[in-house]
Amino acid sequence: MEIPKSFLGYKRENGRAGTRNHVIILPVDDISNACAESVANNIKGTIALPHSYGRLQFGADLELHFRTMIGTGSNPNVAAVIVIGIEPKWTKRIVDGIAKTGKPVEGFHIERTGDIGTVMKASKKAQEFVMWASEKQREECPISDLWISVKCGESDTTSGLASNPTVGNLMDKLEPLGVHLCFGETSELTGAEKVCATRGASKEASDKFMKTWSSYNDFILKEATDDLSESQPTAGNIAGGLTTIEEKAFGNFQKIGSCKFVDVLEPAEEPKKGKGLYFMDTSSAAAECVTLQAAAGFNIHLFPTGQGNIVGNPIEPVVKLTANPLTVKGMGEHIDCDVSKILSREMNLSEAGDRLIETTLRVANGRLTCAEALGHKEFVMTKLYRSA
Amino acid sequence: MTTDIIIHDKKDNVGVVVIEKTSSKQDCNCWVMEDDSSANIQSIDEIPLGHKIAMVDLKEGDTIIKYGHDIGKVVKSIKKGEHVHVHNVKTKKW
Repeated sequence: MEIPKSFLGYKRENGRAGTRNHVIILPVDDISNACAESVANNIKGTIALPHSYGRLQFGADLELHFRTMIGTGSNPNVAAVIVIGIEPKWTKRIVDGIAKTGKPVEGFHIERTGDIGTVMKASKKAQEFVMWASEKQREECPISDLWISVKCGESDTTSGLASNPTVGNLMDKLEPLGVHLCFGETSELTGAEKVCATRGASKEASDKFMKTWSSYNDFILKEATDDLSESQPTAGNIAGGLTTIEEKAFGNFQKIGSCKFVDVLEPAEEPKKGKGLYFMDTSSAAAECVTLQAAAGFNIHLFPTGQGNIVGNPIEPVVKLTANPLTVKGMGEHIDCDVSKILSREMNLSEAGDRLIETTLRVANGRLTCAEALGHKEFVMTKLYRSA
Repeated sequence: MTTDIIIHDKKDNVGVVVIEKTSSKQDCNCWVMEDDSSANIQSIDEIPLGHKIAMVDLKEGDTIIKYGHDIGKVVKSIKKGEHVHVHNVKTKKW
């Protein structure tokens, strides 16, 4: 298959391109969710991103909170942002961070005004933003403007046999075209960590990966009260035939094909070393991982599943693929790309990779994903430890 | 000819069932992805789609090899053709 050299995206002020054109209402903290949701209810075409945190966090955990908030607002799939927080200081910090992209952003704080007054002021600005954004047109963008993140979920052995290698095949074909790629799931590489480390593009990248993996593994060993049965692998993984974390890890690892990673990113950290594959230190829980990757600037996500994970994200479209014929049959409304014919050997891996590239480009051009059509917009912040 | 079982790597001592279910005493066709070779095995148990079958006799303490790599240890002896899963294999990590 000849791979198209471009897609239709939204060009942003900072030179990036979006696959979507969202106007988001971003609460800084848990207690501002109600206000944000009221604004999104008032002004059609906007979406609120409620979440559970943002108060009394400190240190690295607070830095991650700000990085996730600012990164989410800065993502090129977002045209404009309303930020609402309880007090002005942290609200302004997030507004100033997003403003560096050059996109329209305005902050509102609730103290001294109350919910009702804040909703009125923020709604007026949100209406202005959404009507402005509605005139944006899709334009031809080079395929290198795609930043593709990947994460698998509710995996089973069909993931390692077929759907994860299909993503790997896509990576092998698109990496030479200059796209950015990202995989994560630190804990789910356990058992395959030494093999994964050999995929660093430099000794520095390999060493950074081993340090990151060891630190996450130490944390798990410290907190574990049993053998993690039913957590890793999950009950769904086990039902699908996966027996151990090592087996899951080698399946997971198939997603990067034969690519090498250029750097290891902190959670929600934007890649700074140019095109190519990056590893991000993330939880292996689907919504947490995708939220962090979207906050790092990735604009389309590929999600292979075995037993049928249904996750979506409010700003980054999540393309699902599966090779499990029972999942296609039982919950086909969640599957954007069916590669189950690999198992019956009626389709080879390269054909499956081509089909996934086609699906990815259709979604990049604007086709809704199953998760978008079904209303999945899981936005889940990663919290590193207890608040003060 | 249908493929009933796929084996990732020649070194693997387990295969993955890719039909809805194997039946007891079913003669199964296996395909090895790594070198496109074929093999045969008789399934002893009913094994569902996605679950593993032992390609050789395995005893307690043996290592399960899949993808050509160590994926865990045998904790209860397994006969060639039997179902391999959490009842007879455990992680070496965690």
